[in-house]
This record gives sequence, C-alpha cells and structure tokens, in this order.
Amino acid sequence: MTRSVGRVRRVHFALAAILLVSAMRAAPAAAPFAVTELAPGLYAHRGHDDVATPANRGDIANVGFVVGTRCVAVIDTGGTAEEGRALRAAIRAVTPLPVCYVINTHMHPDHILGNAAFRDDHPQFVGSATLPEAEASHADSYLRVLRRELGAIADGSEIIAPTLLVDGTATLDLGGRQLTLRTWKTAHTNNDLTVYDEKSGTLWLADLLFVECIPVIDGSLVGWLADIAAIRQMKPRRVVPGHGPLDAPWPASLDAEEAYLAGLARDVRAAIRRGETMQQAIDTIGLDQRDKWRLFDIYHRRNVTAAYAELEWEQ
Amino acid sequence: MTTIRQAALAGWLAAGAAMAALAAHPAYAAQPDDDPSKVARWLDFKEGMFKGRPVDARGDAVIRLEAPARAADAAVVPISIAAQFPQTPSHYIRKIYLFIDENPEPYAGSFEFTPESGLASIETRVRVEDYTFMRAIAETNDGRLYSSVRFVKASGGCSAPAGKDDAAAEASAGSVRLTPEGQAVAGRPQLAQLMVRHPNRTGMAMNQITRNYATAYFIRKVTVSYADKPVMIADVNFSISENPNFRFYFVPRTSGELKAHVEDTKNRKFDGAVAVNPQPAAQQTSSTKL
Repeated sequence: MTRSVGRVRRVHFALAAILLVSAMRAAPAAAPFAVTELAPGLYAHRGHDDVATPANRGDIANVGFVVGTRCVAVIDTGGTAEEGRALRAAIRAVTPLPVCYVINTHMHPDHILGNAAFRDDHPQFVGSATLPEAEASHADSYLRVLRRELGAIADGSEIIAPTLLVDGTATLDLGGRQLTLRTWKTAHTNNDLTVYDEKSGTLWLADLLFVECIPVIDGSLVGWLADIAAIRQMKPRRVVPGHGPLDAPWPASLDAEEAYLAGLARDVRAAIRRGETMQQAIDTIGLDQRDKWRLFDIYHRRNVTAAYAELEWEQ
Repeated sequence: MTTIRQAALAGWLAAGAAMAALAAHPAYAAQPDDDPSKVARWLDFKEGMFKGRPVDARGDAVIRLEAPARAADAAVVPISIAAQFPQTPSHYIRKIYLFIDENPEPYAGSFEFTPESGLASIETRVRVEDYTFMRAIAETNDGRLYSSVRFVKASGGCSAPAGKDDAAAEASAGSVRLTPEGQAVAGRPQLAQLMVRHPNRTGMAMNQITRNYATAYFIRKVTVSYADKPVMIADVNFSISENPNFRFYFVPRTSGELKAHVEDTKNRKFDGAVAVNPQPAAQQTSSTKL
C-alpha cells in the first residue's frame, strides 16, 4: 500500500514540476517590461529611440531602479502612468522591498509621467530644487500634447512634483547602498540631476548624455559643454544615458556628444561673427552630422536656433 | 542670454509631437493650399484696418516676405521683410503691417519708415501658434497697399510655457545692443541690428500649481532715429519672440548717433545709442545701388 501511495505522490510531484516549469517558460511570452541588470541590484529599461507615438506608447526614455537591503529607488518613471505601472511590476518581479524614492532626473514628460503609478507606495519624490517650477509651468502643455498624441494611452498620467529637493548634492541610503544625487549648471534643462550608485560605480547621467539619439538643447549649450568637462573628470566605471544603448561606451559616447555640441557652438559663433542671420545659420550649420544621430531631422534645426539665440548675446 | 526660453520646445514629447503633427494635425488647421484671400480673420482685419482700400495681393515686387516653410522652433521663427526698391523722397514705403492669421493676436505689429530709412526692410523673429499664412502689407507714400504672403508650419509658439528663471529674465530685462553691421558709407543704406533682452511674455502659459497665467509682459514700442530723425518706428506685441531682435536700415549722410528708445508694457524704458562715422562715398554715386 505505502509503496503505491509513494509512487502516486512522486507522479503528482513530477506532474506539478512539469506544469510549473511550463508556466515559467510561458511567462516571458506575456511581453513584460524588459529590464536589464546592468550591475547587481541596478536595473535599467531602454526606451525607444523615437518621438512618442501610439506604436511606442510614449516609452522613449531610459528608466530604471536600484535595490538596497532596505528599499528601492526608482530613476525616472517613463512617459505615461501605464509605463510607470509596467516599471513598478518589473520591480515587483525582482524584489518585494518598498519603493522609498522616486527620482526624476529632469522635467521632460518622457521621464516623469509614470510617477502616478508609485503614488500609493508613498515614496519621497526627489528632484532638483528647480524642478517644481519647471514642471508647473510646462504641465498644461505637456498633458495637452500627451493627450493629443497618445489618446487613451495617456489616461491617468499626471505630474507629481518632488517632495525632496536637491540643490548641489544629496545622499540617499537604500540600506547598505548609497546613491549620490547631484544637480548641474543649466545644460539639457535648468533642472538636470544625476544619480551615482557607489556600490557599482554607475553614474546615471540621464539626459546629460545622449547616445545615438541627437542631444536636445532645452537649457544652455554653453552650460552643457561646461558640465561635460566636469563629467569627464568623474571617471565612472559605468554610465547610463537618458536615451540610447544602456551599455554606453565610455568615454567614447561622451566624446561623440561633446563633438556635436562643441561643433554647433563653434559654427554658430562663426556665423554670428560673419553677420549671418539666424535663418542662414539654421539652413547651413551641422548638416554633415545628419547620419550620426537619430531624430536629426526633428531636433537639429531647433538646436541651431537655440544655440544662435544663446550665443548672439555673448560678448 | 545664458538660459534659453523655448516654448513649444518642451522636450522630446512636445517637440516631437509638434513635428508629428505635420503628418496628423487637427481637422481645422490651415493648409498651404488654402486660398489666402479667403481667410476670415484676414478679411476682417483688412476691412477694419484698410476700410475697403484695395490690397495688391501680388506685392512681391514691392515687398517680399521670407519665412521658413517649416519652423525649427515655433517660438523663434526668423522672418525677413525685404523692400524691393530704395526709399526716395518721392517714392517710399511708409508703413509695413505684419499679420499672422492663426496667432491668438494675429496683428503682430507695424513698422514705420521714412526716406531716411534708406530701405524699408525689417528682419525679426516671431512666435507662431499654428499652421498659418503670414502676411506683410506695405503701404507706400501714395497710399497704395501691397501684400506678400507665405505659409508657415509651426505650432505652440504663443501658448506653450514661458521659459525658465522667469524672475531672473524679468530682472535682467532691458539690456540694449545697437550695432551697425559693417562700415557705414555716407549716403548708402546701412544695416543695423537692435537686440533687447526681454521675456516678451504672451501671458498665455498657465502655471499648473497656481492655476494662474504669468502676466503678458512685452515690448510695445521701438523708436530708432539717426541724427535725431526717425528711421524706424515699431509698434509690436508678444508676437515678437523673447529677446527681440530687429535688423533694419538707415542712411547716414554725415557722422551722427544712431539711437534706439524702447518701451514695454510696464512702462519701463530702455535706451541704446551708437556713434556712426560714415566714410565718404565713392565718386559718381548719385543713386544708391541696391
């Protein structure tokens, strides 16, 4: 008797094991929000290299999270509440620890509009001291455009302003893991903030570094070049860009970005000295860079406009 | 300026969306192949301003408007209005009106000239709110009207948010740079550039926290004179981009001072001046060649 019961138990166990393994194999087919563990406990998701469209559902920036022994810090939350929820699910798939910090590296909608998904975790929302005003003045425009471009995909997306402000540097402790946050001279925007994970030597540069996607000047060209010089001195083990491949080659990726921005500054200054108008500058400068950057046609002429408007006031 | 105010330029999503809108824009947006002579706003303005006087719609031989077909930045759209003949006491352009059909305030401003202007040309940068016809209407001293029209694709230049550091921008408002471009020659139209640091706010961007609109605050009048004679008078509004920039002409006959007087909507006044020493004209110039 005992022997046959034992055999039945073993068969049940075997069946259960087969079903469990099958279920595990089936899970990836349910299209999860893909995250890569760049270093132990440091995860990142690569956004699409594109402008926000219904096809990419507004998922166009690199976002991620860092796991300590006590809690988790999220770095940027994506372009919609929907994406924020997907990011949150990816965190839950990796750890049950609470989310104690949601860090927004700057005001742009592709980095902040997933914040609402974390509201019920009651984290500290962290950002530059200049972030609240920037968000407040742009909110109306961002949400209007989001709704127009993504329709119902945008549902639930809202701006949640930071509750913890950084001006200079600040340290967050996730339990045996320190993150050093730092604000910068106006560059990509006037509210740029980077995150350094000491444990892995990873510097999350966000939109201070664009790889393969054209850098977008929405702050100051001169300031950005100064910040790049400072970043170069930091010699991190690894960097994470705001757009483009997560394993950004260092320092080659910074060199490429600097070459584009410095070239723009040099050519625009020369055009101004020659008495060229803004439209002449827009029509002629930097066209040979086109093949080096994605979304060049969308953003380059705007960069030239921004550079000219900034540099014409130089002494 | 050390920071840049960018309006529709709010970043990846907004700018990209604005550009994506080129392919899929709202049903009622103006189209380049619309008939510009049938746009209601223009017809209302034309009636109100010119009261039935005919406007020659093919005015490119008198005045030529250039504007980008697709704006790189809707809040900073460079335009050029080029007079096609020199100012002379018997025949000159006395006023140019600038009209941007789809802007919240379509009448962007007017520019007055005299024979002393040399050339009634003006270059500046404007905000464009939506796909639109843009029109420069020249009035010559004999009272005739001529228009030059272009279509510009852009969106959000007026209603998108004001820039960063508003308080700082307002505090530093009023720096004036006035410069002749190149060596002046007596009796020849000389190009000059006027730059004024100013937010030139539209008052149409809402702050989500306060639910308030930052007040409109912009330059409304510019008077440029040479040797105490007016050469360019501009009546403008927030349709002009942040940090207004104007390029225009004047004719120096002898040494003198080029002066600019600027007033804004808070009645603040800013002035600039530069000495001009024209070198003598070459022999045999009785009429200026342009």
